[in-house]
Parts: sequence; C-alpha cells; structure tokens
Amino acid sequence: MAYLDANATEPLRPEARAALLAALDLMGNPASVHAAGRAARRVLEDARTAIAARFGARVENVVFTSGGTEANTLAIAGLSAARRVIIGATEHDAVRAAAPRTEILPVDADGTADLDALARSLAGPPALVCLMLANNETGTLQPVANAAALCRRHAALLHVDAVQAAGRMETSLAALGANSMALSSHKLGGPKGAGALLLAPGYEVAAVIRGGGQERGRRGGTPALPCIAGFAAAATLPRPDLRPMRDAAEAHAIRCGAVVLGGNHRLSNTTCLALPGVRADTQVIALDLAGVAVSAGAACSSGKVARSHVLDAMGAGALAGEAIRVSLPWNAGWHDVQAFGDAYGAMAARLAKRAA
Amino acid sequence: MRIVAAMSGGVDSSVVAGLLHEAGHEVVGVTLQLYDHGAATGRRGACCAGQDIHDARNVADRLGIPHYVIDAQARFRSAVIDDFADSYAAGQTPVPCVRCNMSVKFTDLLTLARDLGAEAMATGHYVRRVEGVGGPELHRAADPARDQSWFLFATTHDQLAFSRFPLGGMPGKDAVRGHAARLGLAVSAKPDSQDICFVPQGSYADLVARLRPDANEAGDIMSRDGRVLGRHAGVARYTVGQQRALGAASFDAGQRQAVLAVDAGRRRIVVGPRTAGGDRIRLREVNWLIDPPALPICCTVKLRARETPQPAAVVATQGSAAVQLDTPALAAPGQACVFYDGDRVLGGGFIDRE
Repeated sequence: MAYLDANATEPLRPEARAALLAALDLMGNPASVHAAGRAARRVLEDARTAIAARFGARVENVVFTSGGTEANTLAIAGLSAARRVIIGATEHDAVRAAAPRTEILPVDADGTADLDALARSLAGPPALVCLMLANNETGTLQPVANAAALCRRHAALLHVDAVQAAGRMETSLAALGANSMALSSHKLGGPKGAGALLLAPGYEVAAVIRGGGQERGRRGGTPALPCIAGFAAAATLPRPDLRPMRDAAEAHAIRCGAVVLGGNHRLSNTTCLALPGVRADTQVIALDLAGVAVSAGAACSSGKVARSHVLDAMGAGALAGEAIRVSLPWNAGWHDVQAFGDAYGAMAARLAKRAA
Repeated sequence: MRIVAAMSGGVDSSVVAGLLHEAGHEVVGVTLQLYDHGAATGRRGACCAGQDIHDARNVADRLGIPHYVIDAQARFRSAVIDDFADSYAAGQTPVPCVRCNMSVKFTDLLTLARDLGAEAMATGHYVRRVEGVGGPELHRAADPARDQSWFLFATTHDQLAFSRFPLGGMPGKDAVRGHAARLGLAVSAKPDSQDICFVPQGSYADLVARLRPDANEAGDIMSRDGRVLGRHAGVARYTVGQQRALGAASFDAGQRQAVLAVDAGRRRIVVGPRTAGGDRIRLREVNWLIDPPALPICCTVKLRARETPQPAAVVATQGSAAVQLDTPALAAPGQACVFYDGDRVLGGGFIDRE
C-alpha cells in the first residue's frame, strides 16, 4: 500500500516508538513526591523542554493536552473572554467548533486569508483571531507573522493552529509573534493521544478540564506520559525533503487532467488535486481499491466524504466536490510516487473520459 | 469478480455481502447516506439511519472487506423526497422506494460500481434474476411473502444485466437470518425495516405538510353527485381506495364509502362505493423488460405493493401504456402497475390520472 494521507496522521517515527515504549515502563505518576514520581516527572519535563525549544516557547508555557483539538479548544476558551472571535474561513473544525459565534475572515482563490479584511475588522471591539499556519486540505500557508503584527497594532490576540505545519516547516511561536499555538503529536510522527498548547509570555488560559490542577492548573488529569515522550522524540527529529516527490506526483496528475488547488505557497508534502467531473469520493475509493491511501474533504464519523468547506471558501465551485488530498508522510519513497502515478493515471483514463 | 454490494446495515444486505465474500468474490461494500439521520430520529428499524451506517461498517469490518459511505443526500432529496411531497400535494400516492431504486440505487450507485471497475452490483432485494434466452429476466422471489419485484419494475435491461440479487432464491427470512448467524454477523437478530425510511415514526403526512403546506389545507369530502358529506384535513392524507379517516363521510345512504378520487386543485376528496372502480388504467413512465409488444398482451397486473396480481390486457404505446382490467378496481394515481407473466416481470408503469 502507498500511504499518502500524512495530513490525516503520520506514520509513527521509530524514535518516537522507542521513547513511548521506554516511558510505558515508568510506573510513577509525575505528580507523586516519591522516587518513582520523580523519574516520571523527569521524562515529562524533558519532553516539555524539548517541545519548548523546538517551537519557540518558554518551558513553563507549554501545556500538554490530549491532542490538537483540545489545545485549540483550550486556547479559544481561555483567550476569548470579552473578545470577539475572528477565524479564517478555512480553519479546521477543531477551531470552528470551539467558538460558538465567530466572524469569518475570507480567503482568496488560493486559500490565503485576506489581511485587509482583517485590518478593517480589527478596527472594531477587542478580538481574538484564529489563523492556521498551514491548511490541512490544501497545505496553503497563511501569512501568520503579518497577521500577528496587525493584531499587535490593534491590541488583538492571535491564536495559531500549527497542527499541520509543525514538523513540516520551521514553526516558532516567538518568531511568529502570536499569543498561542496548538500542536498535535501524531501529525508530526508521534503517537496519537498527545498535543500541546504553547502560550506566549504573559498570556494565560483557565483549565477547561480542571481535575487535580496538573499542568500548572491549566489542564487537569494525569498526563499521557508515554504519548508525550513519543511526541517530544518525534518533534525534535530532522525532516526529509519531500518536495521533489510531491512535485513529481503533482506534475504527473496535472498531465492526467488534474487541477491543483491551493496556490504555490504550500506545505512541501501536500497537493490538493481536482479531477473535473469526477466525484471526490469516487476518486478516493478507486485509489484505495488500487492500494493508494488518500483522502478528500473532511472525514466524518460515518466515514462519509463530506463536501469541503475549505474549497468552498476558496470559491472552487464544482471542483470543491471533485478534489482529493495527497499528503506525503515522512517516510514516503519514490515507489509510493510511482504507485500513486500508476493508480491515478488509470483512474483518470477511466473516469475523466466518461465525465468529459 | 469485483462486485459492489449495496449495504444498508440491515440483515439482508449484510448477508448478501457475506455470501459473496464467502464465495470468493472481491466484495466492495457501499452504504448510501440518504438523509440527515440527526434530523430524523435515529431509531432502529428504518434503512440507512445513523445506526444502520455503523452497523454496515461493522459488518464489513467483520468480513474484512472494504466499505465506503457515499453522501447521496442531495440526489435523494431531489429524486425521492421532493417527488414524494409533490406527488401527495398533487393528489397522487407516490412509491418512494421505486423512485429511490430508479435514481439513487440503480443509476447512481450502479454508475459508481462501474466506475470502480466492478463487474456487477448486488443488493438485498428479494427478487430473482434469471438468465433467459433473450438475456436476463426479472422474476418474483422464491418466497412470495418477501417478493419485492413490484418495487423494481423500472429497472432497465442494462441495469438488470449488471445486477445480482443473491436473496431472491431464499426460502424465507429465517434462512437469511440463519446465514447471518452462521457468518457471525451482529445484525442477525436486527428487526426488519418498516415503512418509509426517511419518515420518522411513520408520520408521512407531517413530512408532506412541512414540505408542501398547501397539501395540508382542509377541504370537503364529496359524493360523486356533488353533495358535501364531510371535511378532511388535507389531501395528502388520502389515497384512492382508502376507507379510513373519512369521518362523517364514511357512510352514505348506509353504504361504506371509499376514496374514488383526490382533487388536489380544489382540495376535494371524492368518495363512493368500492365497487365504483373503472376497468381502464392509463400508465406513464412505462418500462419494458421484454421487447415492447406490438399487440395487446394478456398478463396479470399488480396495482399495489401487497395484493394478488389480477388478469388484464396491456396495450403498449409510445412511452406509456393502457391497461384493461378483467375486473374493475380502484387504481391510485402515482402507484405502480406492474405486469407479470407468472413469476416473470414483463414491465410496468406509474398509474396516471384519469
């Protein structure tokens, strides 16, 4: 099988697996005062230090969570008090669902947020702005540093969903100048079940899950230490350059009739390919039956391929229902590109002809 | 061969997938999401609601076959639900299962199956596909109590050629449940689906009233000679041949009354004795599973889902047909009239207004 759905989840990195397995044997609770607790705490705090260093945050401002959704939820709940919430039109459901009433920041045809519209909106009452660093469906990168500067000028706060960007490009809370940032372990090759919220100095969130006051009172519950150890191990690894393979796969798809959505400023592992006239779910199924794993739109709990709000927001029209996402994992090889090319070519020859 | 199994999550289509898999075919399970199960009630017992989709996935996972959920809501809405409401508002009695088979299942899903390189599509319908000298024929199920051929009259030659109905020869539902239990499928004891899948709690009139408020306005119940016998609460609640819900109009001169006509334009229900039915029926959207006959044919016809076929002569005309019943009967516009030669389905059409 050629696994090309990294933006859904990355294969586990061996180093993360080793760290996870080692931490499984730590019997102590990091909150305990005895030696076993101290041993566990050391692993937890080493992980915190590694995450902080890697993503431009202070150690004391790294809050471990169960994953990206919880990190986004915690940030928005904590930073939106007495503020309007403005979110990009292509944000992930983890952000869209976390704020009940939001203003939507429009995007252009490439999916890039309209910062002029943001500037106009920020002239109003105090706001929390949520902008993703990289989009999960198209890979499109948002001008987050510019948005952060705008927010500072208008005394607005900026929360960055960096779940897809982290581990795939340089990602630093400090360098971006944002107020908070959400991360997910399994999107960067760590185990599923861990994530983090990074806070800029001076910004605080109240716990959504209170419990025993862990994580300095910001997130109750015993931390999932093995997952967090694996998360930190994966986060600190260098990443192979996937761009040549991605570009080759994309070029081949274009020759087969595909249209690339999402502009040129994208994650180097992601391509969003529309095949005019062919339903996205048909493409995903055809490729799956040919042994190539890709995805389309947002997977819902039934497994149904739902129409993409991201591509709709970009004004993709009918193509919004005809696009698949190909996202290369850290361990992709040229044989995967070959398998994708063969399967995509065969599919396009069979289906695009009928659609035409 | 690669074969797409239409899986509703019920016991029938689960057994279809299981039997084909057992026979060594490469089975691809597909479940159609037809409507928003959150908006309906999510109760068990109706097809393709939320729980049913999960049941279908679990069956596929248990069998170890790929399974996909297809969003068919927009098409189901336009081809089935809107037609359902519009028909009632026009004083007719729709058959949504036929419309669903014609559009979502045997057109769209069948096209998907072809697109996926499948050689056939299998469903859990209780009908038999028989290889005849002139190609595949559609026959009634072996179990007359389960036969669904009336609902599949509109299947075209091409669709029939591509379709498989592994349950058509089953002696009864117990046999199907036995297979489900033998295959270890958790749905083996699941209740049969009832009534219309997209109408929660069976109150179809409420759905029609929501979509077409005009069909819910009160009006008169009249005799054939123009006397007002009572009042009704919306034409959508009446079907030709119906005897209940007539209130004061249930009897006229001591004689039990039945609905003879639904005049949606004037919001009138016309009643009379059951014996007042005619012997000629005009059909529209006729589908033939034999070469359209040049001469009138003698066969049996079935005017409702559950009734015994009755003798008649059918005359084919361009796109339509005229039926001459041996014995007069009340035919409800919008319902199907299906032609049989013994067990074989020859064709059928929708009953048109007089």
